Amino acid sequence: MPFTNDQLERYSRHIILKEIGVKGQKKLMNGSVLIIGAGGLGAPAALYLAAAGVGKIGIVDADVVDLSNLQRQVIHTTADVGRPKVESAAEKMKAINPDIEVKTYQEFLASDNIMDVIKDYDFVLDGTDNFPAKFLINDACVMADKPFSHAGILRFKGQLMTVIPHESPCYRCVFKEMPPKNAIPSCKEAGVVGAMAGVIGSLQALEAVKFLTGAGELLTGKLLTFDALTMSFHTVKLPPRGDGCAVCSDHPTITKLVDYEQVACDFDPKHPV
Amino acid sequence: MADTSDIKIDETVDITDVVCPVTFVKTKVALEEMDDGQVLSVHMNDGEPVQNVPRSVKEEGHQILKLIDNNDGTYDLLVRKVEDDE
Repeated sequence: MPFTNDQLERYSRHIILKEIGVKGQKKLMNGSVLIIGAGGLGAPAALYLAAAGVGKIGIVDADVVDLSNLQRQVIHTTADVGRPKVESAAEKMKAINPDIEVKTYQEFLASDNIMDVIKDYDFVLDGTDNFPAKFLINDACVMADKPFSHAGILRFKGQLMTVIPHESPCYRCVFKEMPPKNAIPSCKEAGVVGAMAGVIGSLQALEAVKFLTGAGELLTGKLLTFDALTMSFHTVKLPPRGDGCAVCSDHPTITKLVDYEQVACDFDPKHPV
Repeated sequence: MADTSDIKIDETVDITDVVCPVTFVKTKVALEEMDDGQVLSVHMNDGEPVQNVPRSVKEEGHQILKLIDNNDGTYDLLVRKVEDDE
């Protein structure tokens, strides 16, 4: 289908890019991304992917907007406090770009529903704030062979990696098991700079755009860390995938999804990242 | 009409109804839908489009064949599409 003059103008800065061009923009428009978590990471990612014209964007979050979210979750406004996050997010995304389809899931993902949700998307973006969700997303994406972007933020630090299951190392290849109880503080306890969510969530959106268009090289086989206090990015090369990994090796020991329990004191589902 | 009898034009695009950067975008879209070696005639206004569109087209690796002044404030740029390697 040819572009309308409005679309040519809206996407002109993409189409001009040699690495994206007409073909890349069409791939974005025919592509789909699932964003899990309409919080700090999901907010900028959802805004940029909507603006980029990604044809179908799913957004998952069970929570309602809380006043304490607004310091970093820039897709929500003061007037949205108390509204379901997915509803608030979808409204902003459609306002930016009425051309796209936004599908909302106001639910928690768990072992019994995650496979059914991720199957309809080309790429998954993990914007969650807790380890049970991160391991669940990793394991589900590996089992479904679904490429995804992992990210995490805390205080002035952030990290990011992209996983192409059974090709590049997965999250579990790097972080084998759930950390022990209370080993890692939550963002609520430890705090996080709002703009950190903007930096890392935007990097996730970039990985989604690169995946859909085929531009450049993905952040696979590498873990990127960012320290805002020293303003330094580091990329650590990871060992090859699957070597003894419980989920993505050729002889996995984890073959069905597990719902890990999150200890109550370091996770309050009402206050995600 | 200027003499273009020596060049066979496969497609034409009119970019007199748009401004930068959509002028180049429209040209680029037209070129992407053509085959390697085909010739596109781009009808454009004098001024900014004539300054920028030929340069941008060239930077994309296509071959500029001719810029024809229609003596009515418009130009026709003849471009041969060069398929990139990607």
